[in-house]
Amino acid sequence: MQLSTSILLTIALAPLVGCVLAGFLGKFLGRAGSHSVTILGVAVSCALSFYVLYQLTLGGATEYNQNIYTWFQIGPFNASVGFMVDRLTAMMLVVVSFVSLLVHVYTIGYMADDDGYTRFFSYISLFTFSMFMLVMSNNFMQLFFGWEAVGLVSYLLIGFWYKRPTAIFANLKAFLVNRVGDFGFVLGIAAVLYFLGTLDYATAFNGASGLAGQHLQITANTQWDAATVICILLFVGAMGKSAQVPLHVWLPDSMEGPTPISALIHAATMVTAGIFMVARMSPLFEMSSTALSFVLVIGATTALFTGLIGIVQNDIKRVIAYSTLSQLGYMTVALGVSMYSGAVFHLMTHAFFKALLFLGAGSVIIAMHHEQDMRYMGGLRKYMPITWITMWAGSIALVAVPFTSGFYSKDAIIEAVGESHRWGAHYAYFCVMAGVLVTGLYTFRQMYLTFHGKERFTVVANHGHGHHVEHMDDHGHHEQGVMHELPKESPWVVTVPLVLLAIPSLLVGYVTVGPMLFGNWFGNAIHVEEANNVLAEMGQHFHGAMAMALHGFTQLPFLLVLTAFAISTYIYLFNPAVTDKLKSALRPFYQMLNHKYWFDAVYYVVFARGGVALGRGFWKAGDTAVIDDAMVNGSVSLVHRVAATMRRLQSGYLYHYAFAMILGLILLLGGYWLVGSGLAGH
Amino acid sequence: MISLAHYIVLGAVLFCIAVAGLFINRKNVIVLLMSLELMLLAVNMNFVAFSRFLGDVSGQVFVFFILTVAAAEAAIGLAILVLLFRTRSTINIADIDSMKG
Repeated sequence: MQLSTSILLTIALAPLVGCVLAGFLGKFLGRAGSHSVTILGVAVSCALSFYVLYQLTLGGATEYNQNIYTWFQIGPFNASVGFMVDRLTAMMLVVVSFVSLLVHVYTIGYMADDDGYTRFFSYISLFTFSMFMLVMSNNFMQLFFGWEAVGLVSYLLIGFWYKRPTAIFANLKAFLVNRVGDFGFVLGIAAVLYFLGTLDYATAFNGASGLAGQHLQITANTQWDAATVICILLFVGAMGKSAQVPLHVWLPDSMEGPTPISALIHAATMVTAGIFMVARMSPLFEMSSTALSFVLVIGATTALFTGLIGIVQNDIKRVIAYSTLSQLGYMTVALGVSMYSGAVFHLMTHAFFKALLFLGAGSVIIAMHHEQDMRYMGGLRKYMPITWITMWAGSIALVAVPFTSGFYSKDAIIEAVGESHRWGAHYAYFCVMAGVLVTGLYTFRQMYLTFHGKERFTVVANHGHGHHVEHMDDHGHHEQGVMHELPKESPWVVTVPLVLLAIPSLLVGYVTVGPMLFGNWFGNAIHVEEANNVLAEMGQHFHGAMAMALHGFTQLPFLLVLTAFAISTYIYLFNPAVTDKLKSALRPFYQMLNHKYWFDAVYYVVFARGGVALGRGFWKAGDTAVIDDAMVNGSVSLVHRVAATMRRLQSGYLYHYAFAMILGLILLLGGYWLVGSGLAGH
Repeated sequence: MISLAHYIVLGAVLFCIAVAGLFINRKNVIVLLMSLELMLLAVNMNFVAFSRFLGDVSGQVFVFFILTVAAAEAAIGLAILVLLFRTRSTINIADIDSMKG
């Protein structure tokens, strides 16, 4: 049985319709109209995505791969719009549409006071459409279209509050850093076209084995392996989009955007596009173990070192942002050891619990009247119990307590890295293992600072100057830690998505770990060479989800989580003074983390200032000095100077002119005479 | 017997006097004009001499043209001189240097 084209088109286009309606007719539709139409569009997509997943999994439908429309044609090269829907795509569709739908609903509560309400709904629907185009694509061209479109929406949404200078800085930064990655990505696509002669997935993947032995001649004596070049270039694109070191700097700053966006785009879906892309390109990546080692080392570095930064952050959203970076590192590590299905599995579980954590943080931020600094929170659990419980659910999934979905995905990745023999696997194993401890530290710290301990804010019953006027655009001018009323639980549009995300955060791993990791559920969508197949080795020891979780209680990762739990509990519940002592005792280390390893500072000095200096240099040296001064004004002043010299000859006296004439005559005649006599002489 | 050389020398002497007049005279525009006329006459002398000794009349015809043009030139030059004197109240060459760059 074949999937119906019209269903797939509806999935992709329904959010676009919602976006266009809310975006262009938002004024007529009003607030309720705008959110209704966009939510309806995404709900339709979500329902159909579940249907497609059902058809592919249980309904016996075969994978769909068809071109639908010719985008453009240049000579023999044909760019089409087409869909490739297999189980990998279907899983992504479900994750994207489900999280997107919940974020749409949540936004009703979060953005209730905002002037840009309809604009916001239009943007997130546009994002959903772009993401669908990205994951459903059957060729590199359309993938690139979706890739850039989600980048654009990310840019628009980070700078959603465009009156804040920090937001403008952050969205520009995100855009520029992504350009670096996308440059590599475009080169990668070009290399695919050059070596494989097609941009169609199926054709390219079938021809992937032909890459073996092909080389790219760099200089007379240097040649690079074609598969390695293609894969590393494509992965550079993934590094930009999925925020891997050293292109990770944009993601923490993207927290300037509204929280629903942080949940949807900068945690659950868009940033995982790079992971999805590499998993999709698994037939290509399997051709080059060099590229996979590169992926592995980058991922491991990201997983550990960005997590460490999270420990010293005070902004509740930034903690989760660094956690996202770290978890993306885990996914990348999984890709690096050829465990593509593990990466995608972690992508899915992470989407649920990270969206949950972000939305929970958003709920806290609403309650705190847009205060994001955890130093002014504390003890919130009695004011907002639903947020508290759901965030704990997300947190235990994040730190991978057995039976939660995060456990199944993360533990499998750690085990796979341990099994792998790829170059760099030892380093990666250390990083992911240490990362577990780090994850525990920042997660528990965040939970304790936010929900437990003493209340570090004061409530001043001062309704005189109307706190309701003060909304997110100008929350900067009130005193930190001073509230006008007690925090209270968020409305149902906020808490219902939290509950709906908490359920898969806890349970989806238990249900799906068997088929997705060990049951070859993805089928032909993911290709792993026999020699690299660590999952097959692990599968021999897999005796069901229950056994895996029980086994997990005795393993090192769980002990590390317990250690982190003990340390955090002691420090943040019983003896908060320790933090200051630790800060001064480990001052250099603290400074390093607080400055994020000086990545931002270095980039700022080298690239931002360097760019400005380079531009200034071209302006001063090239434009002003060469073109303006030397060429334009220079020719003028040359004429001027020559004329200034020549004018001295113009004495104005008639006899001088007469003398010049006579002299000229004599010279002329003398010249004739000389030439004439010279000729006569011969 | 007066040979061709005598005439040519006479012409050359006249021309040199005229050139000397141009340079030495730094006061009077009228003398300047007279020097120019003398220069033309020196040339005419050469024309006539060669015409006579080569037996070709066209040289003498040329002299008439030159005399006519010289007359016209003198008339225009004197007219300019009159206007110059009216506007500047002087015909001293040293004062007339408005062409100075």
